Amino acid sequence: MRFSSFRITFSAVLMWALLMLGLILNVNIGAVQIPVSQIFSDLWQGIWLLLRKDSAFETFLTSSTNVRILFSIRLPRMLLAAILGGALAVSGFLLQSFFRNPIAGPFVLGISSGAKMIVGITMIFLLPSIASMNTMVMVLAAFIGSLLVTGLVLLFAQKVQNMSMLLVIGIMVSYICGAVTDFCITFADDQNIANLTTWSMGSFSGASWSAVGYSAAICFLATGLAWLLSKPIGAYALGEGYAQSLGIHVKTFRVSLILLSSLLSGCVTAFAGPISFVGIAIPHITKSLLKTSRPAVVIPMSFLTGAVFCIYCDLLARTAFSPMELAISTVTSVFGAPVVIYMMATRKGQRQ
Amino acid sequence: MSYLETKELSVGYHGNILIHDINIRIEKGKILTLVGPNGAGKSTILKSITRHLRAISGSVYVQDRDMHRWSAKEMATHLAVVLTDRIHPELMTCQELVAMGRYPHTNAIGKLTEEDRQKVEEALALVHGEELSGQDFGTLSDGQKQRILLARAICQDTEIIVLDEPTAYLDIRYKVEFLEILRKLAREKGTTIILSLHEIDLACKISDKLLCVKGDRLSLFGDPEELLGGTNANRLYDMEKGSYNPIFGSVELSKPEGAPRVFVLGGGGYGIPIYRQLQKWQIPFAAGILFENEIDTQVARDLASAALVAPAFSPIPEAIVKEAFHTMKQIGAVLDTHCPIGPFNACNGRLLELAKDAQIPIFHHPEEL
Repeated sequence: MRFSSFRITFSAVLMWALLMLGLILNVNIGAVQIPVSQIFSDLWQGIWLLLRKDSAFETFLTSSTNVRILFSIRLPRMLLAAILGGALAVSGFLLQSFFRNPIAGPFVLGISSGAKMIVGITMIFLLPSIASMNTMVMVLAAFIGSLLVTGLVLLFAQKVQNMSMLLVIGIMVSYICGAVTDFCITFADDQNIANLTTWSMGSFSGASWSAVGYSAAICFLATGLAWLLSKPIGAYALGEGYAQSLGIHVKTFRVSLILLSSLLSGCVTAFAGPISFVGIAIPHITKSLLKTSRPAVVIPMSFLTGAVFCIYCDLLARTAFSPMELAISTVTSVFGAPVVIYMMATRKGQRQ
Repeated sequence: MSYLETKELSVGYHGNILIHDINIRIEKGKILTLVGPNGAGKSTILKSITRHLRAISGSVYVQDRDMHRWSAKEMATHLAVVLTDRIHPELMTCQELVAMGRYPHTNAIGKLTEEDRQKVEEALALVHGEELSGQDFGTLSDGQKQRILLARAICQDTEIIVLDEPTAYLDIRYKVEFLEILRKLAREKGTTIILSLHEIDLACKISDKLLCVKGDRLSLFGDPEELLGGTNANRLYDMEKGSYNPIFGSVELSKPEGAPRVFVLGGGGYGIPIYRQLQKWQIPFAAGILFENEIDTQVARDLASAALVAPAFSPIPEAIVKEAFHTMKQIGAVLDTHCPIGPFNACNGRLLELAKDAQIPIFHHPEEL
């Protein structure tokens, strides 16, 4: 007991340290180098002015190029990466708990592709009627898309218990969604195609303070609610039979898991496009780090680890081939996919 | 005073009734075992009692209260289960798994109090699982897993525990150990236990009441001795080959067919290994002369083509000796099991002499045949 709480504290401290370091690096490195000392002083001054509701805040924001880059580009982008990375990890964890299968995740099950499809359709066919692509409309579309595909996968999941079959189904579903998206693109005008393509590559580059605000509100709320479900999530790991006999309303519980997970992954897809492998790799890494699967600990730690992972991945995506920017999924796949392969390989041995 | 009872309970799937009108009643702290052939509906009945399955009609009453009207919470604090589902929780220590049993008693985020921890320890101790406490559940053997799952049910602190074939994957040692724990639980904590078992011999030994299930309307409820005595077990399982001996709780394979090829002179337990050996080689045999009350008789009746049995506690009547000698001559071979000869079975010694005189070949080991 004592040993495990030491482990948890250690991991939490490590992740916070990495997060802080990531924050500094992210803001520091780029086409324009901002010295670390200046980051702190600017940040301090900005927060100070903001907290005092000082009118000087507005003028401060435009006072120098560095401050502009810091406050209107790098800071929101980094925060968005952190929030959405955390959200993806939690979404993955919820799906894994739902399927009692560590390979489940929003990307491999085709849920991200479903969100992308509905957002695409909305962008192309509904955009003309709505003056501009409102943030909430995006989120709503992505949420509906996520739910749609999750429902579809669930339908099949009842027929197949085998976890590799479930993955194959997820991949097929994501192909279908991809095809539908491509089909819609054929009928879209150039402006929309450009928008959709950039967005569907997945990137945090479009980050704005309003996106940060919306995503923080949605993701923190959903993660908090998920955390409140820690107790039944833990018991559900023993299977439906045991869960029911412990007094869990299995149906309600399952629906809440799916809703929360779809909301989280939908939110990520809406703001940053589909991002691969974070949902599977991060909960796994977190559990291995903590050596426990207690949801009350794993949910917040997954969020933190996901945030750290995405911050560094975004840093790489931004700077590796600067001024060219990589799609975020390119980077997350390189690091995430090997984790999944390793997991499948070792897990097989464990089962026999 | 019955504690738990079912009234006209009919169970099945999708509205199709599998078993009609089950009426059982047990007292607090007693063990009820469901036995019956595979697919007869044992699990279906258990699932209907635990509410994992909707009863089609009728209900289960605990102290005259309809259990099917209870809230989920009430259910969870009254009844714990050990299911057949094979579970694979990730990175969960046995202690954590057992602590899951405290679920209905803990607060909204499942924080364990000192009392909860103590109950977990107690439950682990009861199943002799203290040393497994820190181990990952996934690394345990089947026997250990079953014990931990039982500990989980125990620390749920309920008056009823329902177990579906808890001994299915266990070897004989763990079976006995596991059932001993159940008896202890019933005796010391007054837990009412309902379980299903494959092993009718063990079922007789641990249960206070038995429910024999065999599809449709046949579900007999009563005392173990009464329900599985005589040839009832053979009928329950439709055993065409072999037989079940309710006194020993042992199973014999089917008797070799054809005319007897050897007369086995046995008694006092010396015959049983020989009978079984001959059965393996499918050599039909006659057995004699045995007393009504001795152990060889129990097995000889199941395995021998003909068994010459004399009344208990009295010298063997001359007529039976004559019949035995006649049978011996007819078969033309004798197998001596070297059972000691005393005043009461002296005639078995005499039979051996007679065989020698009549030049009937006498063997001393079944291999010589």
